[in-house]
Amino acid sequence: MVDKKPIILLILVAAIVIFPLAIYNGLGEDQGYFGGADDQGSEAIEETGYEPWAQPLWEPPSGEIESLLFATQAAIGAIIIGYVLGYYSGQAKARKRDEIEEQVIKTAKISK
Amino acid sequence: MHIMEGYLPWYWCVFWYAVALPVVAYGVIQIKKVTDEHPESKPLLAVSGAFMFILSSLKMPSVTGSCSHPCGNGLGAVLFGPAAVSVLGAIVLLFQALLLAHGGLTTLGANIVSMGIVGPLAAWLVWKGTNKLGLSASIGIFLAALAGDWLTYVATAVQLSMAFPIPTVGSAFVKFIAIYAYTQVPLAIAEGLLTVVIFDYIMKLRPDILRKLGVIKAEDAEKASEKVPEVA
Repeated sequence: MVDKKPIILLILVAAIVIFPLAIYNGLGEDQGYFGGADDQGSEAIEETGYEPWAQPLWEPPSGEIESLLFATQAAIGAIIIGYVLGYYSGQAKARKRDEIEEQVIKTAKISK
Repeated sequence: MHIMEGYLPWYWCVFWYAVALPVVAYGVIQIKKVTDEHPESKPLLAVSGAFMFILSSLKMPSVTGSCSHPCGNGLGAVLFGPAAVSVLGAIVLLFQALLLAHGGLTTLGANIVSMGIVGPLAAWLVWKGTNKLGLSASIGIFLAALAGDWLTYVATAVQLSMAFPIPTVGSAFVKFIAIYAYTQVPLAIAEGLLTVVIFDYIMKLRPDILRKLGVIKAEDAEKASEKVPEVA
């Protein structure tokens, strides 16, 4: 039987992400929506008259390059998690198979 | 939750570095200790770091109409304790400061304190609390991850209102909490649910490691190992 719990939880996560997109449908960056909270924080600081005194050493030259790096970051994480959990899953199945085989051999001996 | 490069007066940068560095150093010692005692826990440490890598790169829309990202710091805090997560958080934040211009080297100390220390500490305390109350592991990990995510943002709001108490610390806090913490509520819930999914999976496949790390009790480990997936 397939465990339904993770599926239900993931659907809930998707709903949480999609819901704001639905209620602010048609509104975008130009109307002041879906900007980053980090940027809003920086703006609020600038309103106090503060001037940042340091610049990042390097900034992604465009939004595209930035997306590339963010996607890379997520991919690195996903590869590691997929590898480790995949390995564990294989191990768990192998363990179970061994147990079943042992059981089979045992019952075979008894029936002799 | 990132405080951008240059957006903290230098003395606050120094202060937060001074708070963060001892914890990170202690975290390195903790990680060395736990991986020496239980070498088989190393892959889970990698998973905890990788989970932060993924979640902190996902900028998700919130009902407030702005976007923010989850932190992923609750999972590692429950598995390895808050100090170990400060090290993982430092790695993630350094990556983002250098390659993405998110956060910065001057504000790294402050960001490590919020995402790597305050959040994980909250998650760890909530986890311990729910264990004491006898709540199930799923509910415990959900609340822990939710607290870890949300308190990270509250910590950022506190840091900023302390650095920019204009006109007062209190009113500045109201302003910053409005920007960071409200946006974060649905995202914290989403992070909680995602953390339940991955934690359940780990518990199903390797309850023995969680048992050795002292994360779950022996009887829970036994119950979980019965749920090993069917042989294909």
